[in-house]
Amino acid sequence: MIVIAVLVAVSVVLVWRRDGISGVSEILLGDLALFGGILPRVLAGCLLGAFIAEILPHEKVARSLGPNSGLKGLLIGTAFGAILPGGPFTAYPVASALLTVGADFGATIAMVVSWTLIGYGRAVAWELPILGTDFRLWRLLISLPLPVLAGALGRFVYVRMYPKGDEP
Amino acid sequence: MSAALIIDIILWGSVAAVGLIALRRSPAVLTSSLREGALDFINIVPRVALGVIGSGFIAAVIPQEIITGWLGPDSGWLGVLTAVIAGAATPGGPVIGFSVGAVALKSGGGAPQVVAYVIAWALFAFQRLLLWEIPFMPARFVWFRAAVSLPFPFVAAAIAMAVGRP
Repeated sequence: MIVIAVLVAVSVVLVWRRDGISGVSEILLGDLALFGGILPRVLAGCLLGAFIAEILPHEKVARSLGPNSGLKGLLIGTAFGAILPGGPFTAYPVASALLTVGADFGATIAMVVSWTLIGYGRAVAWELPILGTDFRLWRLLISLPLPVLAGALGRFVYVRMYPKGDEP
Repeated sequence: MSAALIIDIILWGSVAAVGLIALRRSPAVLTSSLREGALDFINIVPRVALGVIGSGFIAAVIPQEIITGWLGPDSGWLGVLTAVIAGAATPGGPVIGFSVGAVALKSGGGAPQVVAYVIAWALFAFQRLLLWEIPFMPARFVWFRAAVSLPFPFVAAAIAMAVGRP
Protein backbone atom coordinates (compact mmCIF):
# COMPACT_ATOMS: atom_id res chain seq x y z
CA MET A 1 0.00 0.00 0.00
CA ILE A 2 2.74 2.48 0.93
CA VAL A 3 4.75 1.70 -2.20
CA ILE A 4 1.69 2.31 -4.33
CA ALA A 5 0.80 5.51 -2.50
CA VAL A 6 4.32 6.85 -3.10
CA LEU A 7 4.16 5.80 -6.76
CA VAL A 8 0.84 7.59 -7.17
CA ALA A 9 2.13 10.69 -5.38
CA VAL A 10 5.18 10.86 -7.66
CA SER A 11 2.96 10.42 -10.72
CA VAL A 12 0.66 13.20 -9.55
CA VAL A 13 3.62 15.56 -9.19
CA LEU A 14 4.92 14.59 -12.64
CA VAL A 15 1.52 15.19 -14.23
CA TRP A 16 1.23 18.48 -12.35
CA ARG A 17 4.65 19.69 -13.55
CA ARG A 18 3.85 18.67 -17.13
CA ASP A 19 0.20 19.71 -17.50
CA GLY A 20 -0.40 22.04 -14.58
CA ILE A 21 -3.29 21.92 -12.18
CA SER A 22 -5.88 21.44 -14.95
CA GLY A 23 -4.20 18.21 -16.05
CA VAL A 24 -4.28 16.89 -12.50
CA SER A 25 -7.92 17.78 -11.92
CA GLU A 26 -8.95 16.33 -15.28
CA ILE A 27 -7.46 12.92 -14.45
CA LEU A 28 -8.75 13.13 -10.89
CA LEU A 29 -12.32 13.79 -12.02
CA GLY A 30 -12.20 10.97 -14.57
CA ASP A 31 -10.87 8.53 -12.00
CA LEU A 32 -13.40 9.64 -9.38
CA ALA A 33 -16.21 8.97 -11.86
CA LEU A 34 -14.75 5.53 -12.58
CA PHE A 35 -14.41 4.86 -8.87
CA GLY A 36 -18.03 5.81 -8.24
CA GLY A 37 -19.09 3.59 -11.12
CA ILE A 38 -17.34 0.46 -9.89
CA LEU A 39 -18.09 0.87 -6.20
CA PRO A 40 -21.46 -0.95 -6.41
CA ARG A 41 -19.73 -3.78 -8.31
CA VAL A 42 -17.08 -4.07 -5.63
CA LEU A 43 -19.89 -4.49 -3.11
CA ALA A 44 -21.57 -7.10 -5.31
CA GLY A 45 -18.27 -8.97 -5.62
CA CYS A 46 -17.69 -8.99 -1.87
CA LEU A 47 -21.23 -10.22 -1.21
CA LEU A 48 -20.92 -12.89 -3.90
CA GLY A 49 -17.67 -14.11 -2.38
CA ALA A 50 -19.14 -14.17 1.12
CA PHE A 51 -22.25 -16.06 0.02
CA ILE A 52 -20.26 -18.57 -1.97
CA ALA A 53 -17.95 -19.22 0.96
CA GLU A 54 -21.00 -19.71 3.15
CA ILE A 55 -23.28 -21.87 1.01
CA LEU A 56 -20.90 -24.10 -0.95
CA PRO A 57 -20.54 -27.47 0.78
CA HIS A 58 -16.88 -27.68 1.74
CA GLU A 59 -16.45 -31.43 1.23
CA LYS A 60 -17.98 -31.23 -2.22
CA VAL A 61 -15.73 -28.35 -3.27
CA ALA A 62 -12.71 -30.12 -1.83
CA ARG A 63 -13.62 -33.19 -3.82
CA SER A 64 -14.38 -31.51 -7.16
CA LEU A 65 -11.80 -28.69 -7.00
CA GLY A 66 -9.29 -30.00 -4.46
CA PRO A 67 -5.76 -31.33 -4.95
CA ASN A 68 -7.03 -34.72 -6.10
CA SER A 69 -9.68 -33.46 -8.49
CA GLY A 70 -7.51 -34.16 -11.55
CA LEU A 71 -8.24 -32.76 -14.97
CA LYS A 72 -11.93 -32.49 -14.13
CA GLY A 73 -11.21 -30.00 -11.35
CA LEU A 74 -9.14 -27.86 -13.70
CA LEU A 75 -11.89 -27.95 -16.32
CA ILE A 76 -14.53 -26.98 -13.74
CA GLY A 77 -12.31 -24.10 -12.60
CA THR A 78 -11.86 -22.98 -16.19
CA ALA A 79 -15.57 -23.12 -16.96
CA PHE A 80 -16.40 -21.28 -13.76
CA GLY A 81 -13.90 -18.52 -14.54
CA ALA A 82 -15.24 -18.17 -18.06
CA ILE A 83 -18.85 -17.62 -16.97
CA LEU A 84 -18.17 -15.57 -13.84
CA PRO A 85 -19.73 -12.13 -14.28
CA GLY A 86 -18.05 -8.86 -13.38
CA GLY A 87 -14.52 -7.54 -13.14
CA PRO A 88 -11.59 -8.01 -10.78
CA PHE A 89 -13.83 -6.89 -7.94
CA THR A 90 -15.87 -10.08 -8.45
CA ALA A 91 -13.29 -12.58 -9.60
CA TYR A 92 -10.75 -12.10 -6.82
CA PRO A 93 -13.13 -12.27 -3.83
CA VAL A 94 -14.74 -15.37 -5.35
CA ALA A 95 -11.35 -16.98 -5.99
CA SER A 96 -10.37 -16.20 -2.44
CA ALA A 97 -13.62 -17.78 -1.21
CA LEU A 98 -12.92 -20.91 -3.26
CA LEU A 99 -9.49 -21.23 -1.63
CA THR A 100 -11.02 -21.03 1.84
CA VAL A 101 -13.65 -23.69 1.13
CA GLY A 102 -11.16 -26.26 -0.12
CA ALA A 103 -10.21 -25.65 -3.73
CA ASP A 104 -6.50 -26.16 -4.35
CA PHE A 105 -4.08 -23.69 -5.97
CA GLY A 106 -4.30 -25.51 -9.31
CA ALA A 107 -8.07 -25.23 -9.76
CA THR A 108 -8.10 -21.67 -8.44
CA ILE A 109 -5.32 -20.69 -10.85
CA ALA A 110 -7.32 -22.24 -13.69
CA MET A 111 -10.31 -20.16 -12.59
CA VAL A 112 -8.44 -16.85 -12.32
CA VAL A 113 -6.54 -17.36 -15.58
CA SER A 114 -9.70 -18.40 -17.37
CA TRP A 115 -11.51 -15.36 -16.05
CA THR A 116 -8.77 -13.02 -17.19
CA LEU A 117 -8.18 -14.63 -20.61
CA ILE A 118 -11.55 -16.06 -21.64
CA GLY A 119 -14.13 -14.30 -19.44
CA TYR A 120 -16.69 -12.54 -21.52
CA GLY A 121 -17.15 -9.57 -19.18
CA ARG A 122 -14.02 -7.86 -20.34
CA ALA A 123 -14.34 -9.02 -23.90
CA VAL A 124 -17.77 -7.56 -24.44
CA ALA A 125 -17.06 -4.31 -22.66
CA TRP A 126 -13.53 -3.56 -23.80
CA GLU A 127 -11.72 -5.91 -26.12
CA LEU A 128 -14.37 -6.26 -28.85
CA PRO A 129 -14.85 -2.53 -29.40
CA ILE A 130 -11.15 -1.67 -29.11
CA LEU A 131 -9.38 -4.54 -30.85
CA GLY A 132 -12.14 -5.79 -33.15
CA THR A 133 -14.03 -9.07 -33.45
CA ASP A 134 -11.52 -10.91 -35.64
CA PHE A 135 -8.61 -10.38 -33.32
CA ARG A 136 -10.67 -11.17 -30.26
CA LEU A 137 -11.94 -14.51 -31.63
CA TRP A 138 -8.49 -15.45 -32.85
CA ARG A 139 -6.97 -14.61 -29.47
CA LEU A 140 -9.77 -16.46 -27.68
CA LEU A 141 -9.02 -19.60 -29.68
CA ILE A 142 -5.35 -19.39 -28.78
CA SER A 143 -6.18 -18.76 -25.12
CA LEU A 144 -8.58 -21.69 -24.69
CA PRO A 145 -6.03 -24.31 -23.55
CA LEU A 146 -4.05 -21.93 -21.33
CA PRO A 147 -6.12 -21.98 -18.08
CA VAL A 148 -5.98 -25.76 -17.85
CA LEU A 149 -2.26 -25.76 -18.64
CA ALA A 150 -1.61 -23.03 -16.05
CA GLY A 151 -3.64 -24.89 -13.44
CA ALA A 152 -1.82 -28.14 -14.17
CA LEU A 153 1.55 -26.42 -13.94
CA GLY A 154 0.48 -24.74 -10.72
CA ARG A 155 -0.52 -28.06 -9.21
CA PHE A 156 2.69 -29.71 -10.41
CA VAL A 157 4.88 -26.99 -8.86
CA TYR A 158 2.79 -26.71 -5.70
CA VAL A 159 3.06 -30.39 -4.85
CA ARG A 160 6.84 -30.14 -5.17
CA MET A 161 7.13 -26.89 -3.23
CA TYR A 162 4.93 -28.04 -0.37
CA PRO A 163 5.26 -31.83 -0.36
CA LYS A 164 3.78 -32.13 3.10
CA GLY A 165 0.54 -30.57 1.94
CA ASP A 166 0.79 -27.30 3.88
CA GLU A 167 -2.41 -25.36 3.87
CA PRO A 168 -2.30 -22.20 1.74
CA MET B 1 -22.77 1.12 -22.04
CA SER B 2 -25.51 -1.44 -22.60
CA ALA B 3 -22.93 -4.21 -22.34
CA ALA B 4 -21.91 -2.87 -18.94
CA LEU B 5 -25.58 -2.79 -17.94
CA ILE B 6 -26.06 -6.44 -18.93
CA ILE B 7 -23.00 -7.39 -16.91
CA ASP B 8 -24.35 -5.49 -13.91
CA ILE B 9 -27.68 -7.26 -14.20
CA ILE B 10 -26.00 -10.70 -14.38
CA LEU B 11 -23.75 -9.76 -11.47
CA TRP B 12 -26.52 -8.61 -9.14
CA GLY B 13 -28.72 -11.45 -10.36
CA SER B 14 -26.03 -13.89 -9.22
CA VAL B 15 -25.78 -12.13 -5.87
CA ALA B 16 -29.55 -12.37 -5.46
CA ALA B 17 -29.54 -16.03 -6.48
CA VAL B 18 -26.86 -17.11 -3.99
CA GLY B 19 -28.48 -14.85 -1.37
CA LEU B 20 -31.74 -16.70 -1.90
CA ILE B 21 -29.99 -20.03 -1.48
CA ALA B 22 -28.46 -18.74 1.76
CA LEU B 23 -31.84 -17.52 2.98
CA ARG B 24 -33.46 -20.88 2.24
CA ARG B 25 -30.78 -22.56 4.28
CA SER B 26 -31.56 -20.25 7.19
CA PRO B 27 -31.91 -16.50 7.83
CA ALA B 28 -28.89 -16.70 10.13
CA VAL B 29 -26.72 -17.85 7.22
CA LEU B 30 -27.98 -14.92 5.15
CA THR B 31 -27.25 -12.29 7.80
CA SER B 32 -23.83 -13.69 8.66
CA SER B 33 -22.76 -13.73 5.00
CA LEU B 34 -24.14 -10.24 4.51
CA ARG B 35 -22.11 -9.03 7.47
CA GLU B 36 -19.01 -10.86 6.20
CA GLY B 37 -19.39 -9.39 2.71
CA ALA B 38 -20.00 -5.89 4.02
CA LEU B 39 -16.87 -6.08 6.22
CA ASP B 40 -14.78 -7.21 3.23
CA PHE B 41 -16.21 -4.31 1.28
CA ILE B 42 -15.31 -1.76 3.95
CA ASN B 43 -11.80 -3.16 4.19
CA ILE B 44 -11.26 -3.09 0.47
CA VAL B 45 -12.73 0.28 -0.48
CA PRO B 46 -9.70 2.40 0.57
CA ARG B 47 -7.38 0.20 -1.49
CA VAL B 48 -9.67 0.30 -4.47
CA ALA B 49 -9.89 4.07 -4.12
CA LEU B 50 -6.12 4.38 -4.16
CA GLY B 51 -5.86 1.95 -7.06
CA VAL B 52 -8.48 3.45 -9.31
CA ILE B 53 -7.72 7.07 -8.61
CA GLY B 54 -3.99 6.45 -8.71
CA SER B 55 -3.89 4.37 -11.87
CA GLY B 56 -5.01 7.27 -14.04
CA PHE B 57 -2.00 9.27 -12.90
CA ILE B 58 0.45 6.41 -13.32
CA ALA B 59 -0.91 5.71 -16.80
CA ALA B 60 -0.62 9.38 -17.71
CA VAL B 61 3.06 9.42 -16.80
CA ILE B 62 4.02 6.40 -18.93
CA PRO B 63 3.47 7.35 -22.57
CA GLN B 64 1.80 4.69 -24.68
CA GLU B 65 4.09 5.32 -27.65
CA ILE B 66 7.05 3.96 -25.72
CA ILE B 67 5.26 0.69 -25.07
CA THR B 68 4.07 0.28 -28.65
CA GLY B 69 7.54 1.10 -29.95
CA TRP B 70 8.89 -1.95 -28.15
CA LEU B 71 6.46 -4.32 -29.84
CA GLY B 72 8.06 -3.67 -33.23
CA PRO B 73 6.87 -5.28 -36.47
CA ASP B 74 8.02 -8.86 -37.10
CA SER B 75 10.47 -8.75 -34.25
CA GLY B 76 10.42 -12.51 -33.65
CA TRP B 77 11.04 -14.00 -30.23
CA LEU B 78 12.92 -10.95 -29.01
CA GLY B 79 9.80 -8.96 -29.84
CA VAL B 80 7.70 -11.50 -27.93
CA LEU B 81 9.97 -11.13 -24.91
CA THR B 82 9.77 -7.34 -24.97
CA ALA B 83 6.01 -7.63 -25.49
CA VAL B 84 5.73 -9.76 -22.37
CA ILE B 85 7.79 -7.31 -20.31
CA ALA B 86 5.81 -4.39 -21.71
CA GLY B 87 2.56 -6.20 -20.88
CA ALA B 88 3.66 -6.76 -17.30
CA ALA B 89 4.70 -3.12 -17.00
CA THR B 90 1.58 -1.58 -18.55
CA PRO B 91 -0.41 0.23 -15.89
CA GLY B 92 -4.07 1.16 -15.84
CA GLY B 93 -7.41 -0.47 -16.44
CA PRO B 94 -8.73 -2.53 -19.34
CA VAL B 95 -8.82 0.45 -21.69
CA ILE B 96 -5.08 1.00 -21.57
CA GLY B 97 -3.91 -2.54 -22.28
CA PHE B 98 -6.32 -3.18 -25.14
CA SER B 99 -5.73 0.28 -26.62
CA VAL B 100 -1.98 -0.23 -26.65
CA GLY B 101 -2.56 -3.58 -28.35
CA ALA B 102 -4.81 -1.94 -30.93
CA VAL B 103 -2.28 0.81 -31.62
CA ALA B 104 0.47 -1.78 -31.97
CA LEU B 105 -1.61 -3.82 -34.42
CA LYS B 106 -2.42 -0.76 -36.51
CA SER B 107 1.14 0.47 -36.53
CA GLY B 108 2.35 -2.85 -37.93
CA GLY B 109 3.19 -4.84 -34.82
CA GLY B 110 3.37 -8.60 -35.39
CA ALA B 111 0.23 -10.50 -34.37
CA PRO B 112 2.08 -13.03 -32.15
CA GLN B 113 3.79 -10.15 -30.37
CA VAL B 114 0.49 -8.36 -29.80
CA VAL B 115 -1.10 -11.59 -28.54
CA ALA B 116 1.83 -12.08 -26.16
CA TYR B 117 1.45 -8.50 -25.03
CA VAL B 118 -2.30 -8.70 -24.39
CA ILE B 119 -2.01 -12.05 -22.62
CA ALA B 120 0.96 -11.01 -20.48
CA TRP B 121 -0.92 -7.88 -19.54
CA ALA B 122 -4.05 -9.87 -18.72
CA LEU B 123 -2.15 -12.46 -16.69
CA PHE B 124 0.30 -10.46 -14.64
CA ALA B 125 0.22 -6.71 -15.19
CA PHE B 126 2.27 -5.67 -12.21
CA GLN B 127 0.06 -2.84 -11.11
CA ARG B 128 -3.02 -5.08 -11.15
CA LEU B 129 -1.29 -7.70 -9.04
CA LEU B 130 -0.49 -5.07 -6.43
CA LEU B 131 -3.73 -3.10 -6.51
CA TRP B 132 -6.34 -5.74 -7.19
CA GLU B 133 -5.15 -9.21 -6.40
CA ILE B 134 -3.12 -8.69 -3.22
CA PRO B 135 -5.93 -6.86 -1.39
CA PHE B 136 -8.46 -9.60 -2.18
CA MET B 137 -6.44 -12.79 -1.99
CA PRO B 138 -3.67 -14.39 0.06
CA ALA B 139 -0.41 -12.81 -1.16
CA ARG B 140 1.22 -16.22 -1.40
CA PHE B 141 -1.39 -17.37 -3.88
CA VAL B 142 -0.99 -14.21 -5.97
CA TRP B 143 2.79 -14.53 -6.37
CA PHE B 144 2.50 -18.25 -6.96
CA ARG B 145 -0.09 -17.72 -9.69
CA ALA B 146 1.94 -14.96 -11.34
CA ALA B 147 5.05 -17.15 -11.36
CA VAL B 148 3.16 -20.10 -12.81
CA SER B 149 1.64 -17.83 -15.47
CA LEU B 150 5.02 -16.63 -16.75
CA PRO B 151 5.44 -19.16 -19.60
CA PHE B 152 1.98 -18.72 -21.05
CA PRO B 153 2.34 -15.54 -23.10
CA PHE B 154 5.20 -17.35 -24.85
CA VAL B 155 3.05 -20.45 -25.34
CA ALA B 156 0.32 -18.25 -26.81
CA ALA B 157 2.80 -16.54 -29.13
CA ALA B 158 4.07 -19.95 -30.26
CA ILE B 159 0.52 -21.10 -31.00
CA ALA B 160 -0.12 -17.82 -32.78
CA MET B 161 2.97 -18.30 -34.95
CA ALA B 162 1.94 -21.88 -35.73
CA VAL B 163 -1.68 -21.06 -36.50
CA GLY B 164 -0.99 -17.86 -38.40
CA ARG B 165 -3.14 -14.80 -38.63
CA PRO B 166 -6.88 -15.18 -39.27
